[in-house]
Amino acid sequence: MSEHVKAAATAAEPVDFYVRDEHEHQESSTTLGFWIYLMSDCLIFAVLFATYGVLGRSYAAGPSGADLFDLTLVAVNTAMLLLSSITFGFAMLAMDRNDTRTTQIWLAVTGLFGLAFLGIELYEFSHLIHQGATPQRSAFLSAFFALVGTHGLHVAFGILWLVTLMAQVHQRGLIAANRRRLMCLSMFWHFLDVVWIGVFTFVYLMGVLP
Amino acid sequence: MFSGHSLQQILFGRLTLEAIPYHDPILVVTFIGVAIGGLVVLGAITWLGAWGYLWREWFTSIDHKKIGIMYMILGIVMLLRGFADALLMRAQQSVAFGANEGFLPPHHYDQIFTAHGVIMIFFVAMPLVTGFMNYVVPLQIGARDVSFPFLNNFSFWMTASGAILVMMSLFVGEFARTGWLAYPPLSGPAYSPGVGVDYYLWALQIAGVGTTLSGINLVATIVKMRAPGMTMMKIPVFTWTALCTNVLIVATFPVLAATLALLTLDRYVGTNFFSNDLGGNAMMYVNLIWIWGHPEVYILILPAFGIFSEVVSTFSGKRLFGYTSMVYATVCITILSYLVWLHHFFTMGSGASVNSFFGITTMIISIPTGAKIFNWLFTMYRGRIRFELPMMWTIAFMLTFVIGGMTGVLLAVPPADFILHNSLFLVAHFHNVIIGGVVFGMFAGIAYWFPKAFGFKLDPFWGKCSFWFWVIGFYFAFMPLYVLGLMGVTRRLNRFEDPSLQIWFLLAAFGAILIALGIACFLIQIVVSIRDRERLRDTTGDPWGGRTLEWSTSSPPPNYNFAFTPVIHDHDAWYDMKRRGYERPLTGFRPIHMPHNTWAGIVLAGLAMVCGFALIWYIWWLAALSFAAIIATTIAHTFNYDRDYHIPAEEVVRAEEERTRLLGRA
Repeated sequence: MSEHVKAAATAAEPVDFYVRDEHEHQESSTTLGFWIYLMSDCLIFAVLFATYGVLGRSYAAGPSGADLFDLTLVAVNTAMLLLSSITFGFAMLAMDRNDTRTTQIWLAVTGLFGLAFLGIELYEFSHLIHQGATPQRSAFLSAFFALVGTHGLHVAFGILWLVTLMAQVHQRGLIAANRRRLMCLSMFWHFLDVVWIGVFTFVYLMGVLP
Repeated sequence: MFSGHSLQQILFGRLTLEAIPYHDPILVVTFIGVAIGGLVVLGAITWLGAWGYLWREWFTSIDHKKIGIMYMILGIVMLLRGFADALLMRAQQSVAFGANEGFLPPHHYDQIFTAHGVIMIFFVAMPLVTGFMNYVVPLQIGARDVSFPFLNNFSFWMTASGAILVMMSLFVGEFARTGWLAYPPLSGPAYSPGVGVDYYLWALQIAGVGTTLSGINLVATIVKMRAPGMTMMKIPVFTWTALCTNVLIVATFPVLAATLALLTLDRYVGTNFFSNDLGGNAMMYVNLIWIWGHPEVYILILPAFGIFSEVVSTFSGKRLFGYTSMVYATVCITILSYLVWLHHFFTMGSGASVNSFFGITTMIISIPTGAKIFNWLFTMYRGRIRFELPMMWTIAFMLTFVIGGMTGVLLAVPPADFILHNSLFLVAHFHNVIIGGVVFGMFAGIAYWFPKAFGFKLDPFWGKCSFWFWVIGFYFAFMPLYVLGLMGVTRRLNRFEDPSLQIWFLLAAFGAILIALGIACFLIQIVVSIRDRERLRDTTGDPWGGRTLEWSTSSPPPNYNFAFTPVIHDHDAWYDMKRRGYERPLTGFRPIHMPHNTWAGIVLAGLAMVCGFALIWYIWWLAALSFAAIIATTIAHTFNYDRDYHIPAEEVVRAEEERTRLLGRA
């Protein structure tokens, strides 16, 4: 009964139940969606870090990090990746200024730094394998190759994506869709940088500790 | 390179004619059955000239409603396969005593229980749950589609590809013999050298990509695409549970992917993550897989809780009692589900303190769950309850699930678990909560939302037959397993010595037959309802006196869902609109912006399936080729910028006038 009275009382209030004059809202969910994807990818790295944390000292009477890691080489490699992040930042700044040519140049430089990083990493891997420190040798090396290798694979896909985007920017210019894509790749690239900081610290720096 | 390998090995890897199990009569008969059935279906589609229609309207569709329905069909088809496995197991265990070996040798029986678990969780429960979320969530939040419609289509086809790979293992090679979580070292290269575990790994890896992407998609959809006015505490409860479930999916499926990848490396590359020597640690696998696995059971049950909440409130004619506490209980369960994984292996020997911690966290989960049960009961209290089919399932759920919950708390006590670990008591417990919770929830949801999806109700008579067979069958099938478990009978055995146990297994087998009748009645119900659709027709779009927005559109909804985006003032938005005299707009329609269909999803998932198959059989050239094709297709797809179009205003007017006509007729 009281419900009816209430209904009658409220029915008089003017209420809108639908949007009459709909503007096409351009607000996109892409940025949020991509953030969520990055966090899910982060969990893959979390598992690999945890695995390394558990197995990182299981040398099985084989070589340890202190025996294997060449910190100078890794420092150069780290510099390559960090520089690539800075140059990607420059590319995004140029994108904000609507400067297609400069954007493309900085993207290309970023890609070259990425390639340099991958090249050094591959050299390091082949050197280790040549020494007999293969992924099969011990659980420590399995975990090392899985973690560092997964990061390297991500960088490789990032470079492929970067080349694709450069072609698309070349084709269509800095249209809204391309800006959104560049933004996503930029987040991806910086994310890999952050992961690398973790790799550098936990795997290499702490790995050479006795 | 050619010296060590014959041409055949290069072309076909380890795939030979020996892989076809033509010497096993059970499989040959099954294969003939499946082949005839498949040919009939394919033939019928060709005869009806429906391939073009299926391709244009369904396979390439990015409409969340159609994708939702495809998920449901996948889940129901796979239910038949998973249940056939269950019948085989029940039959074997009810005869194989003493000298009688039964009809399933151990290597076959082991594949069957593994396939049963994998299929029921990954390819029945997950597609059904995802199907509901896909179909219902955008309608409940007043949106026209999900955030990423193409991704949605791709996710579905990845799940389907995984299911097809599992089905292939039945006739080409074998499936894993390791149990549904494939613990190493048993699943490692030394003890499972065949293709079984590889089928398992690649099927789950491919399906897992789909699940993760669909989780990302639905979280973004719920966060970003709600109609104006729908604040977080005005979100319908089903959508809230969907949000929590998808957060769980995003936060756990990557863990599964990484864990399976490490096992894959152990098997393919010879690494030592989970091996017995060279520093490997098999218990790390068990920890990692359950860090995914425990939240997974909440991924399945939370949407079922959401369905029950909608059903109880609708069929009691009342607001849900304690909406706020329901939301907080759901969030609490979401968080707590991460803190209990170790209760799956108390016997690992991690010590009293660790076991106590996980025992206590496990018991704490029963508090928010109990709060939910009381909320449903209080919603029913003094309500005008209509005992329609969805409500019947809900009541059966409440009774059954409470029993399962209590045996769960019992298992959460570490000393008790040391006795009951790996026993049939555990098997009875998790079937108690999964059938009593998830499966009953799915049937409640199917009966509840079917008229929305197809425009006519399901036939109640056959539905009630199915209901009673299922519920009684469940109790017959699983209560004996509790008894057997308490007697100390362990799981996964294909033969028993003690003949005094047989009577309990016969009872369980009888229960399985009742459930089979329940499934048969469900299928008959669908056929009968399609036949009698004019009698069961719903022209109002609101056949149950619903309370949430999906009931404000026509049944089935137009592909744009809402001609005008609704504005929300209450969490029972449609009830609120009806109460305050909402009038449907009849003029002023505008063109509606919608995404295009795309072929990319099904093509990419098909390539992923080929790649998986090639990797399973070591056909390296095909694996490399299909992987390159996946990359190339993805890149090619990104060059397509023409992703959307406008439904012209005239078309909207036509659809809405048709609705006006139908409403007038009602």
